[in-house]
Amino acid sequence: MTAPLAIELVGIDKRFGSVRANKDIDLKVAKGSIHGIVGENGAGKSTLMSILYGFYHADGGEIRVDGRPVTIADSQAAIALGIGMVHQHFMLVENFTVLENVILGAEGGPLLAGGVARARATLKRLAEDYDLKVDPDAVIEDLPVGLQQRVEILKALFRGADILILDEPTGVLTPAEADHLFRILKVLRDEGKTVLLITHKLREIMAITDEVSVMRRGEMVATRQTSKTSMGELAELMVGRRVLLEVEKQPASPGRPVLQVENLTARDGRGVDVVRDVSFEVRAGEIVGIAGVSGNGQSELLEAIAGIRPVRSGAVTIDGTRLDLARHPVDAAAMRRHGLAHVPEDRHRMGLVTSFSEYENAILGYHRDPAYGRGPMLDIGAIREAARVEIEKYDIRPPDCLLRTAGFSGGNQQKIVLAREIERDPVILLVGQPTRGVDIGAIEFIHKRLVALRDAGKGVLLVSVELDEIRALADRVLVMFDGRVVGERAPETDESELGLLMAGAAQEAAE
Amino acid sequence: MFETLILILDSTVRLATPLLLAALAGLYSERSGVFDIGLEGKMLGAAFAAGAAAAVTGSAWAGLAAGILVAIALALVHGFACITHRGNQIVSGVAINFLAIGLTALLGQDWFRQGGRTPPLSGDGRFTNIQLPFAEALRDVPVIGGLYSELLSGHNLLVYVAFLAVPVTWWVLFRTRFGLRLRAVGENPAAVDTAGISVTWLRYRAVICTGILCGIAGTYLSVAQSAGFIKDMTAGKGFIALAALIFAKWKPVPVMFACLLFGFLDAAAIRLQGQEIPGIGEVPVQAIQALPYILTVVLLAGFIGRAVPPKAGGVAYVKERT
Ligand SMILES: Nc1ncnc2c1ncn2[C@@H]1O[C@H](COP(=O)(O)OP(=O)(O)OP(=O)(O)O)[C@@H](O)[C@H]1O
Ligand SMILES: [Mg+2]
Repeated sequence: MTAPLAIELVGIDKRFGSVRANKDIDLKVAKGSIHGIVGENGAGKSTLMSILYGFYHADGGEIRVDGRPVTIADSQAAIALGIGMVHQHFMLVENFTVLENVILGAEGGPLLAGGVARARATLKRLAEDYDLKVDPDAVIEDLPVGLQQRVEILKALFRGADILILDEPTGVLTPAEADHLFRILKVLRDEGKTVLLITHKLREIMAITDEVSVMRRGEMVATRQTSKTSMGELAELMVGRRVLLEVEKQPASPGRPVLQVENLTARDGRGVDVVRDVSFEVRAGEIVGIAGVSGNGQSELLEAIAGIRPVRSGAVTIDGTRLDLARHPVDAAAMRRHGLAHVPEDRHRMGLVTSFSEYENAILGYHRDPAYGRGPMLDIGAIREAARVEIEKYDIRPPDCLLRTAGFSGGNQQKIVLAREIERDPVILLVGQPTRGVDIGAIEFIHKRLVALRDAGKGVLLVSVELDEIRALADRVLVMFDGRVVGERAPETDESELGLLMAGAAQEAAE
Repeated sequence: MFETLILILDSTVRLATPLLLAALAGLYSERSGVFDIGLEGKMLGAAFAAGAAAAVTGSAWAGLAAGILVAIALALVHGFACITHRGNQIVSGVAINFLAIGLTALLGQDWFRQGGRTPPLSGDGRFTNIQLPFAEALRDVPVIGGLYSELLSGHNLLVYVAFLAVPVTWWVLFRTRFGLRLRAVGENPAAVDTAGISVTWLRYRAVICTGILCGIAGTYLSVAQSAGFIKDMTAGKGFIALAALIFAKWKPVPVMFACLLFGFLDAAAIRLQGQEIPGIGEVPVQAIQALPYILTVVLLAGFIGRAVPPKAGGVAYVKERT
């Protein structure tokens, strides 16, 4: 007595040039279930889902939807079959309103007027049914990512999707937003819709899926019932070896201060103070974590220290050199010369030029380093060699430094930036969301590298919205709320206390 | 004084018409993400085809049809190079401009042997001026009469078509499905693709709209404004139209005002030719002719804020992560 299948994939193959992204993939997804897909960066998850959605064409294999063999020539065909997809990088027209984005491609007639009115009504109903509230007349670029994602989900539901594919939906969400999303997914499942969920967070897989499939290097290696597996087993299936889910580290032995921040205040694009009078220090040989719900000034703090965001008042001292940033602004290149390296949070936008090759991105910002050339000339041979070493060390796949960066999977793009900044052996490393979008094998590796950097006597300032990550890595935890540091705690402090601080409890108590 | 003003405004309308048609033509293409600096070439090709066809058949309408067909053909060449083969849009546009200059001169000389001109048109071979009802009767009413009978009445059909094209374009762009998709594909083609719409077909349709309007613009030059085609008769109007388009931030109604402004400068330049201005002396014509360009640069640089082009403009669409 097996449940009817919503989707069945048989022997799907897909190549990109020399890369075989999908090899002979079989997959069965039961109707009315939430089916998780996990796998390392570059395992071929996004590719497989894009084939199902008609965005890419498979080189071979068969797709069956509701038991019938189908050909999905383009996304139009997929939509007609009731398949909807929320892509890893959103597919929204940024200067359109929510409503315009939702009706695009499903306008319901050559004139907009009738369709818009109907869409408005439908959107209202969907918002109520699924608790997916967003202002239909808001312009996309003004919305935070969490809401943009809701628009993507609304788009799919508006088209009557019965099968919803979500590609790493929680990568950009705060924990609260992720919880909200999961509640919605459960409602959808209980209504008989089928959900395919790609994620790197095994905890999410365990919490919400009914079944889970594991991909490795383009192949489907296993499918398990979620209730009959464990995070440890999944991790091992993904990476092909045992993975440490805990970070191993010795107590820190902090030395001299390498980064001192005094009364730093900075504004965001709209002229609002988002970092307010922040002071702290990071010493050699310690990792300082900044916890906080995203949007409380952590990103801007990193940018201000890195020399990307203008500072209104305050000073920063790097390894003994005091820089009065408000009076004498220092740019990112100068900061780097002082021994600071920076892994930006939004690496896709701020860390890479995706039309460049991997090796070009591997030295971006460090191209004046004498090791990479003489005078105005670049030594391409030396650069490629250095890039190859990083590729090997960070297991960036495919191991091809000539490939355009756009051709790498999302997680591998992240690793390119991480490798570039960490391998520079800085005095102080600023990292924002180091493991966003990367697989557990890579997380283990990145965590090890950060601890090794610390043990080598460097300072690390870590910003992450993952409380687990902060607690595992940091030697001291600062909590930010509303632009201010509202407390310092030891990493062993229990989660609920940190949670309260992050929610601004201390602030309110003081007032 | 009032009479002079009416006269200048009247020729402003005539001079703005080809700019307006060409700028609206460019709007369709560029809003869809295909930059087009070949407006000039398409207009020139259409002007020649219209002049030649009208001369041979004696019908202005045949001229219009030929002009539109040739401009569409050139637009499709641009589309084939840039949409289908993902070629560089600027290079393709430049190539079309050169192609048009060369071919019109060559064919004109070969077919008509009048130094690149087409035979002069008369009668039904031209679009003649239309008198709106009561224009004569109202002529003597002060102010209103002058405005109505001089400014509004007495233009040829294509002038009215051009100004009618403004609200129509606005309506198409903001009130129809085609317009929504057109604007979307110029901003984020991947969003259009994943919404199940063909990016290629959509952009081809946009480019065809460009061809139609360029065809009318060219026809206006040789069959309505003048009585026949003259070598290089577009004289940079395609580029001014492009400036107007940028100036107006790719929006239809501002495009009209920008074209009227440039038309006005042109009309004033003609009026001021050889005239003494008290305190300044004779203004060199070149200085006034350069005004539209100078104005564009100055205004774009400081006054009207940044002109943000359609985000996906200039790049061919390749299915790939960005
Ligand atoms: N458009 C493309 N051109 C060239 N290669 C590509 C393209 N898209 C994907 N690939 C390659 O195919 C492989 C699979 O990529 P895919 O994006 O499916 O991985 P993924 O499992 O989604 O990884 P991640 O977790 O990092 O998002 C990768 O090696 C990638 O480099
Ligand atoms: Mg992916």
